[in-house]
Amino acid sequence: MRGGQVAARAPVIQFTNCRILRGGALLREDLWVRGGRILDPEKLFFEERRVADEQRDCGGCILAPGFIDVQINGGFGVDFSQASEDVGSGVALVARRILSHGVTSFCPTLVTSPLEVYHKVLPQIPVKSGGPHGAGVLGVHLEGPFISREKRGAHPEAHLRSFEADAFQDVLATYGGLDNVRIVTLAPELGHSHEVIRELTALGICVSLGHSVADLGTAEEAVQSGATFITHLFNAMLPFHHRDPGIVGLLTSDRLPAGRRIFYGMIADGIHTNPAALRIAHRAHPKGLVLVTDAVPALGLGNGRHTLGQQEVEVEGLTAYVAGCSVESALEAASLHPAQLLGLEKCKGTLDFGADADFVVLDDSLHVRATYISGELVWQAEEARP
Amino acid sequence: MRLVILDNYDLASEWAAKYICNRIIQFRPGQDRYFTLGLPTGSTPLGCYKKLIEYHKNGDLSFKYVKTFNMDEYVGLPRNHPESYHSYMWNNFFKHIDIDPNNAHILDGNATDLQAECDAFEKKIKEAGGIDLFVGGIGPDGHIAFNEPGSSLVSRTRLKTLAMDTILANAKYFDGDLSKVPTMALTVGVGTVMDAREVMILITGAHKAFALYKAIEEGVNHMWTVSAFQQHPRTIFVCDEDATLELRVKTVKYFKAILPLLLILFSLKDLELRNLGLHSLPFSFLTIYVLNSFCLC
Repeated sequence: MRGGQVAARAPVIQFTNCRILRGGALLREDLWVRGGRILDPEKLFFEERRVADEQRDCGGCILAPGFIDVQINGGFGVDFSQASEDVGSGVALVARRILSHGVTSFCPTLVTSPLEVYHKVLPQIPVKSGGPHGAGVLGVHLEGPFISREKRGAHPEAHLRSFEADAFQDVLATYGGLDNVRIVTLAPELGHSHEVIRELTALGICVSLGHSVADLGTAEEAVQSGATFITHLFNAMLPFHHRDPGIVGLLTSDRLPAGRRIFYGMIADGIHTNPAALRIAHRAHPKGLVLVTDAVPALGLGNGRHTLGQQEVEVEGLTAYVAGCSVESALEAASLHPAQLLGLEKCKGTLDFGADADFVVLDDSLHVRATYISGELVWQAEEARP
Repeated sequence: MRLVILDNYDLASEWAAKYICNRIIQFRPGQDRYFTLGLPTGSTPLGCYKKLIEYHKNGDLSFKYVKTFNMDEYVGLPRNHPESYHSYMWNNFFKHIDIDPNNAHILDGNATDLQAECDAFEKKIKEAGGIDLFVGGIGPDGHIAFNEPGSSLVSRTRLKTLAMDTILANAKYFDGDLSKVPTMALTVGVGTVMDAREVMILITGAHKAFALYKAIEEGVNHMWTVSAFQQHPRTIFVCDEDATLELRVKTVKYFKAILPLLLILFSLKDLELRNLGLHSLPFSFLTIYVLNSFCLC
C-alpha cells in the first residue's frame, strides 16, 4: 500500500538515554519513531534489517505520552465561548501556546451559552491534527447548558436549559448540530436525560455528568444509559454523604455495566479540590483519574503564574506531589486515561508501538523540556535550544 | 581442553566476556574480514552479555565487523513472543550494540520448510567462512544447544523434539505451565559446533555440576553430547565453583594450579603491572601475549 511504502522510507529516529512510560512503568528503553508513529525496533531489526538513521540523546529525561486536556475553556486572552467571526485563530493560538505545557491534544470547551454562540462557534472548531502549528483538536467539549441551576457554578443562569419533550431534537436545536462535538456535560437528574444520553452515546459522543444535584441512583442509571465521565469531581455536585454518595459514589459503585470504567476529571491545582479529597478519589479508583485544567482565558496572562494560569503549569508537577501517587500514575492520568475516555488509546496517550508519536520530554521535576507531535519537535525549552 | 574455574557467576561471566572481547580485538576485524561468533541463550550467558555490552559502551569493543550465529530457536513460537530466542537476543544483546542486522543470524522457527531453513543456516555459516568462536552452554542433561541425549555427535542443523528434562528446565520461562513450553526447536548440530575453530562452553551453578562431570571426566558419549568436545582441538570450559561440585578434587586442583596465568587477563591493576615490569605495555597487548602463550591445548 502506498502509505505503508512512504512510511517505510521515512527516516528512523532513535531517542536514547531516556526513561519511557510504558505499561504503567518508567523503563530504561529507547524510543523509536518513524513516519510520525512509535516504531517497534525489534521488528525493524529482524524483519527490515535496519538500524536508526538518527539518534537523539535525551539527557536522561523522562519521555511520556503527550498530555491530553479534555476540559479547557480558553487561555492567553482567548475565550472559546465568545462568538467571534474568527474563532479559528483563537483556537489556533491556544493550541500553539499549550505545546509548552506538554499538551499535544485537547478538547476546546464551551461553557453554557446562548444558542447563537453555539451555532456560530461550533462549526468553526473542526477536529484537527496537531503539528508544529499547535496541539491537535480532538473535538469540542460542551459543558452545558443542560445542567442544574443549583450547581451552575460560574455558568450564566439565563442560558441554562432543560430537555423539552422531544429531548434529543432539543439538543440538536440548541447546539445547531453535533459535528465536531466530542464530549457533552449534562445533569442526569433533568427529565428525559436518559434518551439524550443514549442518543449521544450512540453517536460516539462521550457523555459526562456534572453541574448536577443527582443522587447516586440517578447517576448510576445515567452510566447505564452510556455516561462514562464525571466533570471536575467534587466541584458543582452534591458533596459525598455516607448514606448517599451522589455522583462521587460512582467511583466505587457496583451497579455499573460490566466491563465499563467510569472516568472522572480532576483539577489538580490544590485550590478546586483539597489535596486530601484528591487522594481519596485516587486511592478509590486510580485508573479513572483524568487530569484537566479547566483553564480559563486568563491562563498565561500577565502574572499568569499566580492566577488561574497556575492550574495549567502546576498540573503535572503538583499532582505527583499533591496526590502522593507515583510519577507514572500522574503521567497516565494526564495522557492515557483521557485517551481511554475518548476511545483513542490505540493511537494517543500511549507510547506503544504503532501509536502516534505525540510525546513530551520531562525532567525529574516533570517540567516540560520539549514537545513532539507525530515525531516532530514542535516546542523546546529555551535552555535546550541550540 | 582448558578448564577455567572462577569463584562465582559474576567473575565467570566477566572472564568469558573478556576472552571474547580480546579474541575479537586480536582478530582485527574489518570491511573484508568479519569475526564470526556463535552465540547461546538461557540464563547462564546473561552476565557475559552484560559485560560485552559494557565493553561496547565504553568504546573498547565494536561489533560492526562481527557476524553472529545463534545456536537455536523454538519452533512455532511467534518471533516477537517474549520467550522466543529472537526476543532474548534483541533485548539482552543486539539492541545495546552496533551489530549490522544483516549479520545477526538466528534460525527461523516459523519457516514454512523447516529443514530448508536449517540447510540454509549451514550454508550461511559456510559462506561466512566458518565460525571463529562458538560460545555455548550446557543443559542439565549435558546437551549442547538442543542436541538432546541420543543426538548424533556428527549431527548438523536440524529440527529436534525437546527432551522432558529440557521442557521442565524451560517451564520457568512460561509461568511454570508445561503446556505452554514449545516441544520442538531448530538447533545447530553437534557436528556444526565441532566445526568451529574454537569453542567456549559456559557452565555455572550447582545444577549443572553433574552434567559437567559427565562431559569432561567420563567418555565421549551421545547421551551427554557436550562430551563430544573432548575431541575438539580447542575447547575451553568456563565455570564457577558450584559447577565443579561433582568433579574429582584432582581435576579441580590441576586446572586451578594453572589458573593464575589466566587471571592476569582481567584482574591486573597498574601496581601489579609495574611489579611485573610490564607497565609500559598497553593492556590489550598484554592479554594477547598471555593468550598466545596459553594457546597450547
